Formats: sequence, structure tokens, C-alpha cells
Amino acid sequence: MSTALEHPTYNYKVVRQFAIMTVVWGIVGMTLGVVLAAQLVWPELNLGLPWTSFGRLRPLHTNAVIFAFGGSALFATSYYVVQRTCQTRLFSDKLAAFTFWGWQAVIISAVVSLPLGYTTTKEYAELEWPINILIAVVWVSYAIVFLMTVKQRKTPHIYVANWFFAAFILTVAVLHIVNNAAIPVSAMYSISIYSGAIDAMVQWWYGHNAVGFFLTAGFLGMMYYFVPKQAERPVYSYRLSIVHFWSLIMVYMWAGPHHLHYTALPNWAQSLGMVMSIILLAPSWGGMINGMMTLSGAWHKLRTDPTLRFLVVALSFYGMSTFEGPMMAVKTVNALSHYTDWTIGHVHAGALGWVAMITIGSMYHLIPRLFGRNEMYSVNLIAVHFWLATIGTVLYIAAMWVNGILQGLMWRAINDDGTLMYTFIESVEASGPGYIVRLIGGLCWVLGMLIMAYNVFMTVRRGEGARQPLPQTA
Amino acid sequence: MDTGTFRGIITGLLILAFIGITVWAYSRRRKPDFDEAANLPFADEDELNRDAHHSPQQPKSEGDSRHVDSRKNKGDRNT
Repeated sequence: MSTALEHPTYNYKVVRQFAIMTVVWGIVGMTLGVVLAAQLVWPELNLGLPWTSFGRLRPLHTNAVIFAFGGSALFATSYYVVQRTCQTRLFSDKLAAFTFWGWQAVIISAVVSLPLGYTTTKEYAELEWPINILIAVVWVSYAIVFLMTVKQRKTPHIYVANWFFAAFILTVAVLHIVNNAAIPVSAMYSISIYSGAIDAMVQWWYGHNAVGFFLTAGFLGMMYYFVPKQAERPVYSYRLSIVHFWSLIMVYMWAGPHHLHYTALPNWAQSLGMVMSIILLAPSWGGMINGMMTLSGAWHKLRTDPTLRFLVVALSFYGMSTFEGPMMAVKTVNALSHYTDWTIGHVHAGALGWVAMITIGSMYHLIPRLFGRNEMYSVNLIAVHFWLATIGTVLYIAAMWVNGILQGLMWRAINDDGTLMYTFIESVEASGPGYIVRLIGGLCWVLGMLIMAYNVFMTVRRGEGARQPLPQTA
Repeated sequence: MDTGTFRGIITGLLILAFIGITVWAYSRRRKPDFDEAANLPFADEDELNRDAHHSPQQPKSEGDSRHVDSRKNKGDRNT
């Protein structure tokens, strides 16, 4: 990176590094998703090898998109936002650089260890204990850099985005350390210190709050900075954002049991999880409305600004999936939806529609500014990316709704004599067309990310060229 | 005290906390502070520095000078 891009006050280097890796890991993680989608249509695509089998690549996909793509985006935006809104440089350049290289080392370890079959078997916490220790060290360093930067701020207030980022960082530290508490048996094998239903509850307390704090609070931090910036007006209601923050973090903690309906978990815990999940609709929509209403009086900008379109459509999908989630947490609905593709559709409405879209919108705002330009290389390509992403998401979730309800109904259908009407394999066969539509949706997404990579590459190259005082060969 | 009573008290305290936060956030006295906080993303416009047509301003080399400008331009009371 050229030194001509260095900001006089802020540390943009680490932000640039994380921003570029966001795009790289986005392509890697989503390509893995497309491979898995194709394997469900054509099972032979696992090549008959253990390393490329569905069971090993699936955790690699989830880790790559959540922690590599989403994680890099959160590091990049939180470091950028905390500096800009606290008007101070990051607390420590060296520690910030350590979080970058440490986090990339974690991702590389996942890329190597998961296909080799090393796994704790805990969903979204599959990585084995040596890697977990590295994650904990990097994460604590991240917390130190972020919180100490807030502490040395030059402004009297802590902007609401930083509250969300801080809650996300602190909670993920607690979740990660508690859920991964294990007794090492060998270099790459450990046993959880929890057992039975308690292990399941701890796992889904972690799992659901990974959604609530990693994939929601962190990205809401992004929303509270980049939506106002791109719409060029302050957030609709700062008061609502405070009530939104405190109610969201108070309620999210208790919703985990809805992942364990009709299991060995005590019934009262299941009902508690269901009720808290329904209550969660209120803070979720409070935040969604706050983001949406920030555009009041600026809706015309959507016609010309595809970056803003990304941010607003992300909020729409956020509103949709935070309505769908509480509905699916109702036990009677869950009896139909659980273990079907509906769940996967719901996750992707959130992951593609909300998390990826708010990330991409934020990156299109952030990247030109990091590289000394006012705009991306091509605004038209952002628009193309926007439509590919939107159509891809709609194809994906519509296919999974159809498949999920189809599977749920086939599995519960019984004959007059009480026997099951369909065998399991019949429901798999019936899901085939949906899997093809889902694959097409995924391909739209990967194509969009490749277009983004080209756009980013051209922006970086031109940005560096424009800032160079001396002529240089192209 | 049995478990049910204990849970009831916790629930009551959480409701009080929620009402307290809401009343605090929506009190008239907090309005000027929140307006100022809401404008923090715009209190720091260094994109302006990059554009040639904004060059009447001094080229800024450190955080403090930008800070003064943002206070002047945006009516921000940060000190």
C-alpha cells in the first residue's frame, strides 16, 4: 500500500486490509456455498473424497462466510467508525495489526483443519481447541483496541454505532470462551466440559447469541453509521436508538432455547425461549424502522444511488427475517419448520439479505474513502451487483420456503392406520427442483461478488494512481 | 423465597429498567445532547479536505485542527 494514502490522524491501513479481505473471503465463502448447493443437486460432486464431502465443507462454508467475510467486515467497519466518530486514532497500531494477522491465521487454520475432519461438532464453533485459544487471544486484543480507542475519544459522546460494536465485541468474547470450554485430549481433539441437555443449551445459548450479537448487533453498528452517512442525514431518532440498543441486548440473551424445541431440554426452558423470541420482534423492528425512517425526505436518492439501495434493502430483509424468526420460534410452527430447508432459507434471508447486503453497501461507501477517491470506479457495476444480489436472495429463500414446507408436510403426513405416508427419500426427491433454484440464486451471488472484486480492484488501482505525485507505469 | 417469586421480582426489575431507560431517553432535557451525538458521523468531514474546490481551508495535518473546523462548520459543541 502506498504511503500517499496515509491519513494524517487515523489508522486506515488496518481498515484497508480488513476491507480487502472482506471481499476476498466473501468470494471464497460464497463459492463454497455454491459447491455445497451443487452437491445437493448432484451428490457425485463430492468427488468421493473425504476432504470434499458435504459434512466437512459445510462447516467450512459457515465459518468462511460468518467469521471470515462477516468478521473481516466487522473489524474493518468498527475500526473505521470508532476512529471517525471518536475523532481519534486507534489505541495501538501494533495491536490492531496483530488482530488483522491473528484473525487471518484463524481463518487459514479453519481452511486447513475443517476439510481434514477436525471438529468439535458444535455448530458454528467447530474449530478445535488450539484454534479456539488463538481466537480468544485475538478477540481480547480486539476488545482492548476498540474500547481503549473509545476511552481516548475527543468527543463528549459515544456514538450509538460504537455502543453496538462494543456490545458485540464483549458478548462474543464471553460466548466464545464459555461455549468452547473443553478438556484437551490430544493436539486436535477435545471434549466439552458440559454434558447432555446442558451441553445442548450452552451450545444454543452460544449459537443464538452468535446470531444476535455477531450477526445482528455488530451489523447494526454498521447500519447506524453507514445509513446516515450514505443518506446524508442523521439517524431518524437517536432516542429510539438508545431504547433499541438496551432492549435488544436485554432480550436476545434468552431466545436460544427455541433451537431446542421438542428435545430433552426442559419444557419450561423451551416455552421461555419461545416467549422471549416473540418479544424480540419489538426491538428488532424498532431498529429496522429507525434505519428506514432515516431516509424520510431522501427516498429519491435510491433512484441514483445503488449503494444506498443495498443498505435499505438490507434493512428490509432484516425486518422480514426478524419477523420470520419469532414466528418460527413458536412451538407449533417449529413443529413444521424444524429440520427442514425452511430453517436454511430463514438463515439466508438474514445472512444474504441482511448481513451481506449491509456489509456490501458499507464497503461501497468505505472503500473509495480509504483509497482517496470520492466514488467507486463504476457506479453502474454497483447497480448490477445490487440486482444480482437481490434476485439471488429472493430465488434462494423462495426455493427454501417451498422445500421446507413441502418437507415438513411430507414428514408429518400419515395414513389412516398411523403409518408414515412418505419415506424420507421421497421428500429428498421432491426437494430436487428447489435445490436447483437455490443453486441459481447462489450463482447470482458469487457473480455479484466477482463484479464487486473487479470494481474494488479498479478503484484501488486508480486511487493509488491519483494520489501518486510522480507518473508511473500502468 | 421460592423460585417463582424470585423470577417474578427479576421480571419486574427488568420492566422497571426498560421503562427507566425509555423515560430517560425521551426526556426533553436529553434532547440537545442527543442531537449533538446524532450528528457525530458528520462532525468529521475529511472527505472535504481531499477536494480541490474546498481548498480555502488550511491543509490539515493533525486531528486538532480538523476538530476546530468541525466545531466551526457544524455548530458542534464538542470540546
